[in-house]
This record gives sequence, structure tokens and C-alpha cells, in this order.
Amino acid sequence: MIELVIFYWFAAVLIGCALGVVCMRNPVLAVMFLVTCFVTSAAIWLMLEAEFLAMTLVLVYVGAVMVLFLFVVMMQDIESATLRARFARNIWPGVFVGGISVIELLTVVWVRNEGLPMAAVPQPHPADYSNTRELGEILYTEHVYAFELAAFVLLLAIVAAIVLTMRERPGSKRQDIGAQMSVRSEDRVRIVKMDAEVD
Amino acid sequence: MVTLAHYLTLSSLLFAISIVGIFINRKNMILLVMCIELMLLAVNFNFIAFSRFLDDTAGQVFVFFILTVAAAETAIGLAILVVLFRTRRSINVRNMSSMKG
Repeated sequence: MIELVIFYWFAAVLIGCALGVVCMRNPVLAVMFLVTCFVTSAAIWLMLEAEFLAMTLVLVYVGAVMVLFLFVVMMQDIESATLRARFARNIWPGVFVGGISVIELLTVVWVRNEGLPMAAVPQPHPADYSNTRELGEILYTEHVYAFELAAFVLLLAIVAAIVLTMRERPGSKRQDIGAQMSVRSEDRVRIVKMDAEVD
Repeated sequence: MVTLAHYLTLSSLLFAISIVGIFINRKNMILLVMCIELMLLAVNFNFIAFSRFLDDTAGQVFVFFILTVAAAETAIGLAILVVLFRTRRSINVRNMSSMKG
């Protein structure tokens, strides 16, 4: 019973903050609502006994990705008023599509579910159960290639972000090896044939 | 007791809200990226709920990879946004059609 109350409380906070993200005019406030969304989801993931992922969500997402968002939002001086000027015009198709999709999803969950959602609630794990160990055991054995690929994706993201945002300053005295190597002698030295001058 | 249906309902509501958000904010690129983050969060909810109720840790491994790819996507998306804002002084998605052939 107390579990249900906690679930409904967190679910209400999560839905409210998601609406805040969608409807806020100020992008900084929207990022703050998104942070609250992630923290609340981490709480619900703890109820699902996914402790490692809940901590990862808070540390990686709230700690790194959302701060990155906040940096970008605050550094770019974006006039949000003009972007939201035609807010009301787009809302009805959005509500229509969102309503249709939520009706379809809920139909699958509640009506045509073959009894799946009513499946027995699993027993909680014993106190000495470690979710991190369980996840590590499967991640480093069965899914190790996918793990390496994920690392490569992150490396690619680092390189892409740096290359995209790097800019060449005009006055910089950096050495350009390629330009140095491609210089030919005829670009630098001009040999002039002329008669010897005799006094 | 909190059943699987509760979690699935919550995640579908979250997904629908983010769809509405994409429709409402289709001019502002930062809010589009944020709505995609919300969508991925809804998907992760499904994976974790099924992982718990079907007692299979593979669902959590999927969430791990989704988080990785989402972080990479966010980093690249924000880098593109910074470059775009530097050259155009605007992040309106409408101004991004200038690369049409």
C-alpha cells in the first residue's frame, strides 16, 4: 500500500515536470524541469530494483549531460519570445497525435495484453543481492562486444564535438605541417637568367 | 501492489507528452533535443520494468547502451547547435533549410 502511494507521488511529479519541460517559455527553466524529471525517474528505477542504473542516471545524466545543456542554454543568448510566438498554432496537431498514441499504447497495455501486466509481482531481492555485480557479470561476458562498441561511440562523440566547435582564429601562428610539406622550391626561389653585366 | 501495467502506463504518458512537445516546440532546436531525451527516458522505463517483472538482466544492459548513445547524441547535437548559433545568430529550425540543393 505504502509502495503504491510512493509510486503515485513520484509518477505525478514526473508527469508534471515533463509538462513543465514541454510548456516552459524560458529554456533555463525547461532544463531545470528536465533535471527534476531525471531525478524522479531515478527514484522510480530504485523501486524497480535497478540501483546501478538509477545512480548512473543521476551521476551521468544530471551531473554531466544536463550541465552541458545548461551551459549551452546560458551561453547562447537566445531570444525565446520569438521562437514561442506561434506556440498556440501548433498545439492542436500535437495534442491530437499525442492523444492518439497514448490511447493506442494504453489499449495495448490494459485491454489487449494477454494477461501480461497482471503477472505476479516479483519478490524483492534479498539484502545481500548486488545489482551492480549482476549487471557487470552479464555486461563483461555476454555483451562485451557491444560494450566495446559503446566505448567507440563515446570516443566518436568526443572527436565530433571537438572538431565541430573548434575554430581557427585568424591571427594564430600555429604551424601547419601539411602546408609546409607541400611547398615546392619554385614557389619560393625564382631563378632568373640574365646576361652578365660588364662595366 | 504496483504492477507492470502501472509502469507501462507511466512510460506511455511520458512518451505522449514528449511527442506533444516536439509538435509545440518545433522551432527551437534545444527544446527538440530535450524532448528526444524525454522520449528515450520513457523507453528506458519500459526496458527496466520488463527487466524487473520478467527477471532478466538483459533489459538493464539495453538501458545502459541507450544511455550511452543518448549522451553521445546530446553532445554532438549541442555541438551542432553551438556552431549553428555562431554562424547564424539563431537556433530557429526554419533557418536550417539553406543546405537544400
